[in-house]
Amino acid sequence: MVRLFSMIGSRLVIAVPYLWLLVFFLVPFFIVFKISLSQTTIAMPPYLPVFGLEEGISGFIRNLRDLSFENYLWLFQDALYVNAYLSSLVIAAVSTLLTLLVGYPIAYGMARAPATLRPLLLMLIILPFWTSFLIRVYAWIGILKPEGLLNQFLFALGVIDEPLIILNTTSAVYIGIVYSYLPFMVLPLYAALEKMDYSLIEAAQDLGCPPLAAFWKITFPLSAPGVIAGCMLVFIPAVGEFVIPDLLGGSRTLMIGKTLWDEFFFNRDWPVSSAVAVVLLLILVVPIAYFQRAQARAREQES
Amino acid sequence: MAGTWGRFNVVALALGFAFLYLPIVLLVIYSFNESRLVTVWAGFSTKWYVAMLNNRGLMDAAWVTARVAFLSATIATVFGTMAAVALTRYTRFRGRLLFSGIVFAPLVMPEVITGLSLLLLFVAINFDRGFATVTIAHITFSMCFVAVVVQSRLITFDKSLEEAALDLGATPVKAFFQVTLPVILPAVIAGWMLAFTLSLDDLVIASFTSGPGATTLPMKIYSQVRLGVTPEINAVSTVLIGVVTVGVIVASLVNKRQEVLRQREAEIG
Repeated sequence: MVRLFSMIGSRLVIAVPYLWLLVFFLVPFFIVFKISLSQTTIAMPPYLPVFGLEEGISGFIRNLRDLSFENYLWLFQDALYVNAYLSSLVIAAVSTLLTLLVGYPIAYGMARAPATLRPLLLMLIILPFWTSFLIRVYAWIGILKPEGLLNQFLFALGVIDEPLIILNTTSAVYIGIVYSYLPFMVLPLYAALEKMDYSLIEAAQDLGCPPLAAFWKITFPLSAPGVIAGCMLVFIPAVGEFVIPDLLGGSRTLMIGKTLWDEFFFNRDWPVSSAVAVVLLLILVVPIAYFQRAQARAREQES
Repeated sequence: MAGTWGRFNVVALALGFAFLYLPIVLLVIYSFNESRLVTVWAGFSTKWYVAMLNNRGLMDAAWVTARVAFLSATIATVFGTMAAVALTRYTRFRGRLLFSGIVFAPLVMPEVITGLSLLLLFVAINFDRGFATVTIAHITFSMCFVAVVVQSRLITFDKSLEEAALDLGATPVKAFFQVTLPVILPAVIAGWMLAFTLSLDDLVIASFTSGPGATTLPMKIYSQVRLGVTPEINAVSTVLIGVVTVGVIVASLVNKRQEVLRQREAEIG
């Protein structure tokens, strides 16, 4: 009897979260794909019926004939979408690199801090991550505006004569991404750097290796797992980012998350926005799979 | 070690933390600004907090968000903990690879995709959009964050404790609640808090899955921000930042105290 209960128990522990994620995470992707093959129409929901058995076999066949990859062709013919994908990838890559440049010295400083100080520093890095993303992006509007705090400050210092135009440019998007995703970069870097044996550096320096060379030959390679994890954690979500380009990038910044949003909420074209989502997912599958494999390998090494 | 903590490191940390905290500090300061212009200081005032409290739409949205966040975080913590236990304790079951895939994928999935796909699901099954659909959406992505947090604690947990309980005749369920859960509890609580703040914060997924009458606070803030920066939003933001900061600090202090107590117990025992 007890055994029966425990068997049911272990089944439930697996089955409940599994089923939930299947229904609310995996199945919706197939629906997105299905609707991406349909055509937009003025109705609710605003797309032509897709394959389904509601109208019997003949209806099923009729609908099947209406399906097409037209939306996908449309995506590749219209320069808007192609440019949006490309510029998302470029913006995400550049911001990832910038985040690495900003995050690495911070993570390094934390890892070399006195051990008693480290928990506090760690907490200070994590704390902004807990506060609202939307609010933190919003805070930059007041700073970057032409009459904003940054320009006021630079005026007061006498560095500039006329305001810097940063808000509603790509630069503002870079700043926004670096700022919002910095903890995601610092945490894995710190985890890698903290484990490092720093007597290796001392040994290298004793043997006459200059500090910078010691860094490139020892520290950086040893922190590679942290670099990879951090870059992936920034790059993948940044490609599909919506809030940052929308609030800081202005109308001229082209990013695919924003395109998808506009297509859905303003043009009400559900089939095309579904096609946009499917292609975005296909682009991101490669880095996501790579990231998961790297993570799995790191976990195995630990245990 | 302290000697090697050179000037470079101190400067890097100081600049890094200034970059992280200055925007938030400025936001808080300007919420007490008398002027309507967010960037011109005109004296101390709490009038924007009064305006915020009198803004009916904002308060309604805050109440919706609080309920969604509480409900979704609680359910997500249960499901996420189950998923973490399933992944660490049962190394072999059919479909485990797919399972671990769909637990970790939502962590990096662009929100626009998650939001759109859930919306299309709800439309396909004719489920009216509103409070329930936002809550379901939030459970779905935040349970994965809970799973990761709890799993990292379970991996380092000494399995022999649980095995000893089982050897002494405890049922697996009893062993879990009396041996494992007390040890991983800090991670479970951290997971709940993470799920709560993720829900509190979400704009994109809520915009897709919400319906009339279930406007959440981020949706309300977003629509006001699009019209221009107002000190009222600074006031709302300051309250939110305050709540989250106090919550995180209290939780970490409680956590630390428990650790100290446990260490002391271990030393005595």
